[in-house]
Amino acid sequence: MRAYWELAKSSFRRNSTYRLAAFSGAFTNSVFGLIRASLLLSAISTAGGTIGGYSAVEAATYVWLGQALLAPLGLFGSAELAGRVKSGDIAVDLSRSVNLTASYWAQDVGRAAFDILPRGVPPLVIGALVTGLSLPTTAGPYVLGFVSVLAALTLSFLGFFVINLLSFWVVEIRGYWMLYLVLMNLLSGFLVPVTWFPQWMLDFARATPFPSMLQTPVDILAGRTDGALSLALVGVQLLWLAVLLAGTQLMVRYGSRKLVVQGG
Amino acid sequence: MIIEAEQLSRSFTVAERGMGRGWARLRRGARTVHAVREVSFTVEQGEAVGYIGANGAGKSTTIKMLTGILVPSSGQVRVCGLQPVPQRQALARKIGVVFGQRSQLWWDLPLEDSFPILGAMHRQPESRWRPRFQELAEQMALGPFLGTPVRQLSLGQRMRGEVAAALLHRPELVILDEPTIGLDMISKESLRRCLDFERREHGTTLLLTTHDMSDVQRLCQRVLVVDDGAIAFDGPLTGLAEVAEARRTMVVDFSSPLPGAALVLPPGAVHLGAEAEGIRHRIAFDPRQLSAAALLAAVTATAEVADLSLHEPDIEDLVRQLYTSAR
Repeated sequence: MRAYWELAKSSFRRNSTYRLAAFSGAFTNSVFGLIRASLLLSAISTAGGTIGGYSAVEAATYVWLGQALLAPLGLFGSAELAGRVKSGDIAVDLSRSVNLTASYWAQDVGRAAFDILPRGVPPLVIGALVTGLSLPTTAGPYVLGFVSVLAALTLSFLGFFVINLLSFWVVEIRGYWMLYLVLMNLLSGFLVPVTWFPQWMLDFARATPFPSMLQTPVDILAGRTDGALSLALVGVQLLWLAVLLAGTQLMVRYGSRKLVVQGG
Repeated sequence: MIIEAEQLSRSFTVAERGMGRGWARLRRGARTVHAVREVSFTVEQGEAVGYIGANGAGKSTTIKMLTGILVPSSGQVRVCGLQPVPQRQALARKIGVVFGQRSQLWWDLPLEDSFPILGAMHRQPESRWRPRFQELAEQMALGPFLGTPVRQLSLGQRMRGEVAAALLHRPELVILDEPTIGLDMISKESLRRCLDFERREHGTTLLLTTHDMSDVQRLCQRVLVVDDGAIAFDGPLTGLAEVAEARRTMVVDFSSPLPGAALVLPPGAVHLGAEAEGIRHRIAFDPRQLSAAALLAAVTATAEVADLSLHEPDIEDLVRQLYTSAR
């Protein structure tokens, strides 16, 4: 266990050496937040005040929370593992006495822990100043929200890890990566809340782990769901976590036997 | 017994573009390459074994199978009493691996920051790995650059760090794949000294692949020579040295062109060929039969010599010779 803690710590330190990158990332997140918020707000005012149960300030809160969580949750993904398979450096990872998935996950948690401050806070501050935020006043949603964010972070990591692991079988994963990114962006509720989808698409989205990766923590943190529903949603997250974890472990097990480590 | 390999084989399927013209080119073919063929050998505790062979001979493939990152096509292998593939993580705590072309250090962290992570990975308490780290840092003279990010280290500095990282958990077996590649003489020597000390002091078993004969001479009493996936020679270094001495090459430049046939060579010398329109001649000779001085005297008697150089056999030559003599 201590190995994973050390890995998470080292990843936090590694990321903290690139502070300028973090702040320029936060700037970008905030600018895109402004664009997205103004689009949604004009749509809501055209629709006459609410869309799908979202008032103007609630929609703005949804946008800003999404922008704030975007980087910490790692929704852009990392193709590091696939790159290491390509270069053959995977040989080093596999010669270490740690679980492959867990060691990458620990490093992702360390990265997320660093990203929270420089990339999570600025969009929220700007949101509060520009559009105002509608946030809960009791502690419950924040506590459960924290758990949900941790689960979402792990789900987001595992989803991308599955795509990375495809590199054990195929040489080039770019096609799968693009497809995954498009699906995830849409179905996670990053572009618009999933409840705005037509019914058939909402049903489809709910049959995937994607809403658990963003929509769920955003809804819980914004206080849109009451205690019982929030708990149920976290339960769904944990269910997906078990499914994806089993999937990645199977893939690592069979994939590493299939893997041909490149290079001398 | 540290390593037991029995009839170990690995083949790969290599995709190839179709041969021929027109549509035939679009048809993709596949070819099977036998990288390692039925290799059997054992290594005892405390041995230092040089695993040598030309590029593509199957050295790295064997090492990957020994460390459990590549599944053998057939055959059996046990390392430190474990089966490498199914027990890969347990094995990783017993062996140290250095890949000369890759890094196991965290490249954007200061060098010293990699060691607490490695210590934790090997499940060792700080009271155990810390003194060992200090000992290694002193032996390898890592002190001056412990605070430097790995990415900013020179190759020689990084390799010393890599070897220290591989030795941190006092492994029973250290496998080194081209540890001295690209290093200058001084860095090579300090690395070899540390590895030799490690073996003498702790009885650590060493298995290294290399292209550098002096690595083998300095570190190994036993050599395994692989050629085309099979073992061509397994024996003490002295046996290899005999073969090595069997073929030195003298390259002679004459003042004026000379046809090869005009050279009168003493017994034990063979004319290999002429270059530069008969100015430069290559002559192989067996030093047990003929000294370099005697050969030079014989050559000088034929024509005026402008320049000369002597070449020791490289590993590729050696392997070729071992292989032909084995058949």
